[in-house]
Amino acid sequence: MSEHLHLTDDDLVLHYYGEDVPRAESHLAACASCQANFTRLQRVMAFIDSAPAVEAPEGFERVAWARLQPSLHVPRRGWVSWFVFSPARLAFAAGVLVLVGAAFMLGRQWPWQPPAATIAVAPGQTEAQVRERILLVDLGEHLDRTQRMLVEVATADDTAGSVDMSLEQSRAEQLVAANRLYRQTAASTGDAAIAAVLDDLERVLVDIAASPKTMTQEDLDAVRRRIESKELLFKVRVMASQVRARQRDAIQIHKSPSTVGS
Amino acid sequence: MPLTDTAAVALAREGDSDAFRGLVERHSRAVYRLAHRMTGNPQDAEDVVQETFLKAYRQLGRFESRANFGTWLHRIAVNCSIDLIRSRKHQETGHDAADLDTLDASDDQRVDPSPERLMLSTEVQQRVTHAMEGLTPMERAAFVLRHFDGQSIDDISRALGLKANAAKHSIFRAVRKMRLALEPFVES
Repeated sequence: MSEHLHLTDDDLVLHYYGEDVPRAESHLAACASCQANFTRLQRVMAFIDSAPAVEAPEGFERVAWARLQPSLHVPRRGWVSWFVFSPARLAFAAGVLVLVGAAFMLGRQWPWQPPAATIAVAPGQTEAQVRERILLVDLGEHLDRTQRMLVEVATADDTAGSVDMSLEQSRAEQLVAANRLYRQTAASTGDAAIAAVLDDLERVLVDIAASPKTMTQEDLDAVRRRIESKELLFKVRVMASQVRARQRDAIQIHKSPSTVGS
Repeated sequence: MPLTDTAAVALAREGDSDAFRGLVERHSRAVYRLAHRMTGNPQDAEDVVQETFLKAYRQLGRFESRANFGTWLHRIAVNCSIDLIRSRKHQETGHDAADLDTLDASDDQRVDPSPERLMLSTEVQQRVTHAMEGLTPMERAAFVLRHFDGQSIDDISRALGLKANAAKHSIFRAVRKMRLALEPFVES
């Protein structure tokens, strides 16, 4: 490369990041135009550096823990030690092995009968459609459970000034993990409306899961306001009924005498 | 006195969830900052935080006590962010460099670019955030890893599963877009 040729923008980027660009130093010392371009680049980079990173919302640590906790379990020490250090577990495992062996032998000898009703893949039905039906069933149940829990929170008797919410709290902990999976599935399949409702729902569930076991009237009112402000109960009800309708449609479309009913 | 990271990790390995909670509370904000830079949206950043601590918890046995827990966690968070970006590769968005003129013109009407206002860090943050929204997820990840994380192009290409040349060009495109979006305000 000739000393007289200007440095490209990409050369300047590499030089800025300390990569080896032959003749960059000497050219910049001699060429006012490239030096000016490099200064502009440096200014932009300094501007970027001066921007503070986006901070997590207040109380994020508490929320992060509430989301995480249901997914954690005691770390395993390895399957070998599991057997070695517990004769009771060893006996249990031996029992399981005997049962599995017996079931296998029975299965080989027993005459096979086709099931009267099954949700197996019907003719013309793809695996994806079957998966969707199963997902709809699961999502419907999840929404029903969530709806029941929200109604309990909304109608809890707070006349005594504080309410024992330990039961709702442990339910919310379980629902958070499931909700997160449904939300991610909805987002990845491009179902933005469902993902948005599940996102609002998750935030309220996390709030309930992270709240003290005994909630004061103020705590409870705050959660209720959140439920009301997002019209969550209404949205969950609507979504649950839409999911049920989609379930019915899926069953209607794929009904087949050979696979459904007797 | 709060536990050191090393002591908290040792207890968490034994199943002490309070010790792990301490680590989550101490490091979750830093992980969020990184995840937000990498992914560019709060929801994804929250998911990355969740995934990072979940992985860290499952891999506590592999953590060497002489190492720095924050650095180890940072590496996991980068990988989790990249996994998320890769999983959405088919949904790549962002602006073409050519679109940025239009983008800048609409910005002028939206935000007052007076020097006084630009002095405010929130304004600068908004400008940079908006400029970074113009990058595709891959450009954004490559740029963040190079610019904020100081990783070499070879490391970036390995992390993103790109050829070195492709990683380099992702950075070039990212810088070009950032310059187009930000130079008018820096010069003013």
